[in-house]
Amino acid sequence: MINCILAGVGGQGTVLASKIIAEAAMTKGWQVRTAETIGMAQRGGCVVSHVRIGDKINSPLLPLKSADIIVGFEPAEAVRCLAYLRENGIVVVNQKGIKPVTASLSDSDYDGRQMLTYLRNQIKNLVVVNGESICAACGSSRVLNMALLGAAVSTGALGISYTELEKAVRKLLPAKLIDLNILALTLGSRINKKENGK
Amino acid sequence: MKPELLMGNQAIAMGAIRAGVGIVTGYPGTPSTEILETIAARNPGNIYVEWSVNEKSALEVAAGAAYAGKRSMVTMKQVGLNVASDPCMSLAYIGVKGGMVIVVADDPGPISSQTEQDTRHFAAYAKLPVFDPSSPEEAYLMIGDAFAYSEKYQTPVLFRPTTRVCHGSSSICLDNNIAAVAAEGFKKDAKWVIFPRLSYQNHLKVEARHPILAEDFSSYRFNKLTGRGKKGIVTGGISYAYTIENMEQLSGEVKLLKIATPYPFPEKLALEFLQGLDEVLVVEELDPVIEKELLCLCGKYRLDIIINGKLSGHIQKAGENTVESVGRALHDFLGLSAADAAQPFSAPELPVRPPVLCAGCPHRASFYAVKNAMKGQKAVFSGDIGCYTLGNASPLDMVDTCLCMGAGITIAQGLQRAEAGVKQVAFVGDSTFFHSGITGVINGVYNEADMVLIVLDNSTTAMTGHQPHPGTGRTMMGNLSGKISISKVLTALGVQYVASCNPFDLELSRETVKKAAAHKGLAAVIFEAPCIAIMKPHPAYQVDADKCTGCKICIKELGCPAMILTDDKAYIEPSLCNGCSICAQVCPFDAIGGADK
Ligand code: SF4
Ligand code: SF4
Repeated sequence: MINCILAGVGGQGTVLASKIIAEAAMTKGWQVRTAETIGMAQRGGCVVSHVRIGDKINSPLLPLKSADIIVGFEPAEAVRCLAYLRENGIVVVNQKGIKPVTASLSDSDYDGRQMLTYLRNQIKNLVVVNGESICAACGSSRVLNMALLGAAVSTGALGISYTELEKAVRKLLPAKLIDLNILALTLGSRINKKENGK
Repeated sequence: MKPELLMGNQAIAMGAIRAGVGIVTGYPGTPSTEILETIAARNPGNIYVEWSVNEKSALEVAAGAAYAGKRSMVTMKQVGLNVASDPCMSLAYIGVKGGMVIVVADDPGPISSQTEQDTRHFAAYAKLPVFDPSSPEEAYLMIGDAFAYSEKYQTPVLFRPTTRVCHGSSSICLDNNIAAVAAEGFKKDAKWVIFPRLSYQNHLKVEARHPILAEDFSSYRFNKLTGRGKKGIVTGGISYAYTIENMEQLSGEVKLLKIATPYPFPEKLALEFLQGLDEVLVVEELDPVIEKELLCLCGKYRLDIIINGKLSGHIQKAGENTVESVGRALHDFLGLSAADAAQPFSAPELPVRPPVLCAGCPHRASFYAVKNAMKGQKAVFSGDIGCYTLGNASPLDMVDTCLCMGAGITIAQGLQRAEAGVKQVAFVGDSTFFHSGITGVINGVYNEADMVLIVLDNSTTAMTGHQPHPGTGRTMMGNLSGKISISKVLTALGVQYVASCNPFDLELSRETVKKAAAHKGLAAVIFEAPCIAIMKPHPAYQVDADKCTGCKICIKELGCPAMILTDDKAYIEPSLCNGCSICAQVCPFDAIGGADK
């Protein structure tokens, strides 16, 4: 069984990312269960997707301490979900923080860096992704989810290969967006190898 | 057959299509919305689908179709059933000919709702059978059963999934055979006309049917009794999944009863379960419905069995269950030592992240204009249900009351009667206006209320994911119908002052609201600008760092999520900005400009 959490801020594309993982896993003949946050939180609140792969899964929500991998689209959102991470689980996290409006109003200096430092100290298997630069390289701010998926798949923790994931992307996305998204996926998968292959 | 990843709501829709449903109606509401959307998207071609103006209309349209022998389905969220309760209660007496399923999604938590009401209670109140699926795959099959039972007993039935079933997905193998349903058409008969005498007779019939249905449900395929021992667990819905998830790790003998039809309660099966037990734990969400049924049975049959659950404090009384909360209750109940609690991470303080209006949302501009127009006057701002409820947050702080769909307009009237000298302003969205705002306006005009009505018309039902409504002229059958003009409706209702304006013109908006506020009687301003999600965004705005003095006025006045302060200057995140221009209008130093600047 493989358990995965995707955590981010409403609007970042977590739901599509979880669908792509599920699609890839199903193509391999595996059973999948997912749970999404849909509703008010999608307007810039905290959103979490639970993805569970394997036979005999009952609950759509992960139990605590069971995630093989957490994909954080935003550093604080990754930290918020750490209670789900199993021992020696992997965290893939986007480097850039998103400052909540409440923080801007209260003059808080939150920018995600404190959270990254914390993650670096706590998590052995951490992959930090510079999603911003991948998005810039692709010329679209809407491919962060692909960059993170690419990084996540190349950790091996999803039990899915890059090729399998790419196939799922091709299947689920509209034709005109495929090249752009595959580029982000590829760049994401390389970052992981480069920076964490030490 | 290759499995497909289906969300619970999609599974319900596909199951209904498979069952030969002919007419589907509903009003959007989280967590139920995707059911009707999926029917429309996967329509084999012969299903009539509509977003109705509200849940009451939706239920009545579905009922009419069922009178004529069609299989019909109506979808809504739990609070929507309150709106539809009038036809629902009467229909329970009248009954149907074609199968009719009323799908009502409950929202434990609540995650996106005003209440944690329990539709299983409503079922008992209306005396209607109710089905409670525990997973998307079960929902897929169960919805077909619901139609069959509905036809067998000639009664509408309730189908009550909860959020985690609605918005959970599983891989499901679809069966592409669609049941053929022949609708015979409407046959005139006195039985379709409710009169006190008929109601009395039908009430007797409903009561007589009750034990028969209960007996029938005792052998229903998704009510399941397994295991053995002196201790028993009863559960249903998504809590069943949490229970099983935990049981696989637990040792010891235990009996397990899963209830898929909480009403009428499958008494015979429950008695079989209770046989030989000392103690029972009931794991359910929302209200202690199953727990009370068991307590009744113990009383009725003088069984000396301890029933634990919500009433006894063993299961939390509010909020949703989780794998962990159920795990803890099971450990306690079975006398096992609890698994070591997850060690809390000593994380630095996490930023709170409440939902906010999108960058570029027209509601932000509207709220800001009204706020400025009313500056210096004592005013109360009554809000309503929709994205614009988010206008309550700082810095806008423009929602002083919010109760239920359409209530803002009439709450404002009550406030006005109770307190003189305070200007009453009510906000209502376009979809909410059609849903239940219009009667409130009539009430205000008729009773000479003195208030300002602000209609936030963004050409969509935004919060639930952008459904069309009567003002958009688009229907779920893909047709263009005549758009219903809110302004003409207001004028026709006798509102003396009706003005429309584009909220992104801040100055004009402010002046228009001022004029409306000066008007005696009910005055209305319609702010017209589409939700950013249904339009092409304008190019992002930028801050000229040389001109920006770091005064933060733009940030503190508007609270746009695209704006932050970096290095003591305002900064606009280009990937978030939708180029709405209001920050540029607010900046006193002319430091913010559009792409062409
Ligand atoms: S123009 Fe200004 S207020 Fe409008 S979305 Fe962009 S940053 Fe926000
Ligand atoms: S979805 Fe549309 S209406 Fe809702 S907050 Fe965003 S822009 Fe505003």
